[in-house]
Amino acid sequence: MGKYDFENRKFVIGGAAVFIVIVFLIRLFTLQLMSDDYKKNADSNAFLKRIKYPSRGIITDRNGKLLVYNQPAYDIMVVMREQIGVDTADLCKSLGITPEFYIKRMEEIKDRRRNPGYSSYTQQLFMSQLSAEEFSMFREKLFRFPGFYIQKRAIRQYQHPYAAHVLGDVGEVSPSDIEKDDYYQSGDYIGKLGIERYYEEQLRGEKGIEILLRDAHGRIQGNYMNGKFDKDPIPGKDLTLGLDLKLQALGERLMQGKLGSIVAIEPSTGEILCMISSPTYDPHLMVGRLRGKNHQTLSKDLMKPLLNRAIMGVYPPGSTFKPTQALTFLQEGILTPQTAFPCPHGFHYRGLKVGCHGHASPINLVPALGTSCNAYFCWGLFYMFGNRTKYQNVQEAMTRWKDYMVSMGFGYKLGVDLPGEKRGLIPNAQFYDKAYRGSWNGLTVISISIGQGEVNATPLQIANLAATIANRGYYYVPHVVKSIKGGTLDTLYSRKHYTMVDQKYYNYIVAGMRKAVEGGTCRAANSPNYEVCGKTGTAQNRGHDHSAFMGFAPMNNPKIAIAVYVENGGWGADYGVPLGALMMEQYIMGKLSPASEKKAEEFQNRRINYGNESR
Amino acid sequence: MDWVTILLYIALMAFGWISICGASYDFSQGGNFFSFDARSGMQIIWIGTSILLGTIILMLNDRIYDTFSYVIYAILLVLLFITPFLARDIKGSHSWIKIGPFSLQSAEFAKFATALAVAKFMSSYGYNIARWRDFAMTLALIFVPMLLIIAQRETGSALVYFAFFLMLYREGMPGSILFAGISAVVYFVVGVRYAADPLWFTPTSIGEFSVMLLIMAFTLGMIRVYCGKSKILTHLIYWTAGINLTALAFAFYVIPFDIVWVQLPLCIGLGLYLIYISVTARVKKYFYIAMFSLGSLAFFYSVDFVLNNVLEAHQQIRIKVLLGLEDDPTGAGYNVNQAKIAIGSGGLKGKGFLNGTQTKLKYVPEQDTDFIFCTVGEEEGFVGSATVLLLFLTLILRLIHLAERQPYRFGRVYGYCVLSVFLFHLFINVGMVLGLTPVIGIPLPFFSYGGSSLWGFTILLFIFLRIDAARNLAQR
Repeated sequence: MGKYDFENRKFVIGGAAVFIVIVFLIRLFTLQLMSDDYKKNADSNAFLKRIKYPSRGIITDRNGKLLVYNQPAYDIMVVMREQIGVDTADLCKSLGITPEFYIKRMEEIKDRRRNPGYSSYTQQLFMSQLSAEEFSMFREKLFRFPGFYIQKRAIRQYQHPYAAHVLGDVGEVSPSDIEKDDYYQSGDYIGKLGIERYYEEQLRGEKGIEILLRDAHGRIQGNYMNGKFDKDPIPGKDLTLGLDLKLQALGERLMQGKLGSIVAIEPSTGEILCMISSPTYDPHLMVGRLRGKNHQTLSKDLMKPLLNRAIMGVYPPGSTFKPTQALTFLQEGILTPQTAFPCPHGFHYRGLKVGCHGHASPINLVPALGTSCNAYFCWGLFYMFGNRTKYQNVQEAMTRWKDYMVSMGFGYKLGVDLPGEKRGLIPNAQFYDKAYRGSWNGLTVISISIGQGEVNATPLQIANLAATIANRGYYYVPHVVKSIKGGTLDTLYSRKHYTMVDQKYYNYIVAGMRKAVEGGTCRAANSPNYEVCGKTGTAQNRGHDHSAFMGFAPMNNPKIAIAVYVENGGWGADYGVPLGALMMEQYIMGKLSPASEKKAEEFQNRRINYGNESR
Repeated sequence: MDWVTILLYIALMAFGWISICGASYDFSQGGNFFSFDARSGMQIIWIGTSILLGTIILMLNDRIYDTFSYVIYAILLVLLFITPFLARDIKGSHSWIKIGPFSLQSAEFAKFATALAVAKFMSSYGYNIARWRDFAMTLALIFVPMLLIIAQRETGSALVYFAFFLMLYREGMPGSILFAGISAVVYFVVGVRYAADPLWFTPTSIGEFSVMLLIMAFTLGMIRVYCGKSKILTHLIYWTAGINLTALAFAFYVIPFDIVWVQLPLCIGLGLYLIYISVTARVKKYFYIAMFSLGSLAFFYSVDFVLNNVLEAHQQIRIKVLLGLEDDPTGAGYNVNQAKIAIGSGGLKGKGFLNGTQTKLKYVPEQDTDFIFCTVGEEEGFVGSATVLLLFLTLILRLIHLAERQPYRFGRVYGYCVLSVFLFHLFINVGMVLGLTPVIGIPLPFFSYGGSSLWGFTILLFIFLRIDAARNLAQR
């Protein structure tokens, strides 16, 4: 070996080899150990997770009558690779679509931006939710269209055109739904409104899964690990509602052509017997291919048929609120049942005037409730807020007052098992401090004592007040669902909520409400068959007065507590009382007498003109 | 007899067979790995025959290879030449000759024949690599089979012949040639990869900017290496650095302009200045260095031109995908992307034998041949892949050791040919799968499925082992 030997270059070559391998090792390290992305990519590549959909729970009324069930619908699927040579004219004719629609649809399917999971080897959705008739017609011709397949799926169907607001509907999940709960995947269905939404988790059941292996061409190569990780779906739970279908149907009939709400509660359980919000809509509109279009039409309607006024409408409760005042004053010792106040056609004090209709004066509690005397309750509030021996200042009195209202279910959401409940408004001291810059007294806020002014409540809260009085001092949080098959109801709904008022004071209120029916404002609600207690409400507002009624029956062992609220219906006796009376009769007697039936028909046809203003 | 190499050889083949089992396994049909309908079964035949072939080679007289090297070379050249006429068109390539039920790829056997011929020629009496004629002849021996293989449309296999330059480097070829070649690749990759990225907010292309800097750095570095420290060098360093920094600062703080406008004249000026010194001071080295820097510029701009104006669209895309300029997962980059997914999903320990979904469900193309390393990555994870890489590294280092202990140049040259070919295959094949090198379809030695390549590599390796085994005998 001479001196021109380049032996040292072996180190360069060896070093190059080592360097290359080290670079590769670093690369391997980053690919395999630093990032999870490749693994996720690989899974979505190779595993086709075929979802096995559970059947959604069905819904029945309190008497077991079917309300919502599942109906098979048929999706038409297409495998692009196999559909070559199909007579498209024939296909369009068979499906009742235009050739333009066919071309557009095919392009949409192939567009990877809109349809990222596209593969020409797998079934792609061509048309969704064919009805049974459409399907049976198409099935006969299916053999003529190779590459087209039919996939069965279940859609929601409604047995009756009632209770749309309560039942709600299902629709395809939105991107935000998917974000919130990774149970959902694009194309899944989810409850959108009503109990479909509130009880989504119970109704939906649990999806099963079948993990299939898919090759690079999208062809299925069998179950992964022979189905070891597959899971069967768990069907959704059936719901029984507290709703009485007949009562609901009557309520919807009576409210036709009127805006407003009727809510009835079974006082002994808090179950909602009916919940009418008018105008309503036929739940069938929310099913099938036209759902989107129908939904849009309804949401544009000026009368807001999609709004569930029973829980989302906030109204001044008017005189239906008076019992809460009487109870508060009694419990606070501001007055006794015997305390009488003068009522010279209203409450007059230092130039402030709250009008009242003509009745005997002075007047004490029971007749004051029976005739719905404004002055009586104004005096009560005036003395309570002005009482400086019990309360250091008006703010303290206000706070105390507010606590009573809240204990009776006002000012906060009751917690009904429906989405979108509003809390109404019970003002507190801070509210007025802010509004009047600290300078206010009982007179300033006197109208809250007669359910006017700043006080706002939902019809559900008013009905709940009726239930509380019927129970003489407590309520169960009103709820629509009576029971869940194979599940339990939230304990919230089986707990008594006591108000801050003792039971003994409730008896005077009951007596007053009974008097109203026997010879006061609610005479029309009187029934020979059972003892009705009631309280009218005539709530002033910018337009024509709202007509309201709150009541329960029978007086002892009450079965139904009810609130009726008809927007711009005038006196409480104009709409509230008769509608409430008919509803109570329907529920207690099981049917309407012929005379009542005639009356019901009359009210069904009565229309209130609301003009074209948006509500 | 070097048992270490033989053990490495057996280990790699065994590992390779397991990977082929994994790659060709079908979830829906299951599979019998020993059935000859399956590739794993066929590979057993290839492995068996390879071992037989290796044994025969070891038993033959070691003088045969020396004596008949030119004959073998000539036969292979003829074979390479006639192959395109006999071969059917398989994916555009004409390299497979059908013999009975088997197909043979002549290019796989040309490697050892070329290595033998080159070794024979370079070990001939009076050979001097520094002599122009000897060097040119050597290159001819290498390039003739290479061109014949290109004619078969097997560009990948043809590129392997560049591996011989590593051997030439060991045998005394000036390092500057290797350096020039590597710089060319670097200019190309950097220049094209970052051509469209602007430097901050200036209209300067990062690619061009970096290549200019590289050229200047290489030039100054070469002056330092070949001419030693000098005042001129110090001045040049200050000037180039100063001008570059000034231009940068000006573009950054005053007016954003294309810095290449400063760099390009600076580069050319540097080259011209070096020519000027070489003429005045009569130092040849400066002239060569000037040629390097001006040549680099010419190369870089002509590559740019060729890429954008000469190459066809699909070739452009292939290059751009490789360099990360195009993102088209279902097009040209699909293979590389899927390969990365397969390997990346393996994690530390892999998914286990036969549990790799990406490779088995055909997401990765050519998974039992060119992309076999994916199966290793997916099923055996980082541990398995690293093991394979280290086995290869051990083999290559072992072969360097063996080559260096040869008493005659013939054995050493041949040995370096063998290890250079292995290193090149490893570098390109695994680099391609990992997305680091271009997608050039060449097999991973002892791993990829296929009789021709396994036989070819076995013959290549075992001839060297036979030569090595006879080294003491020859010394005597």
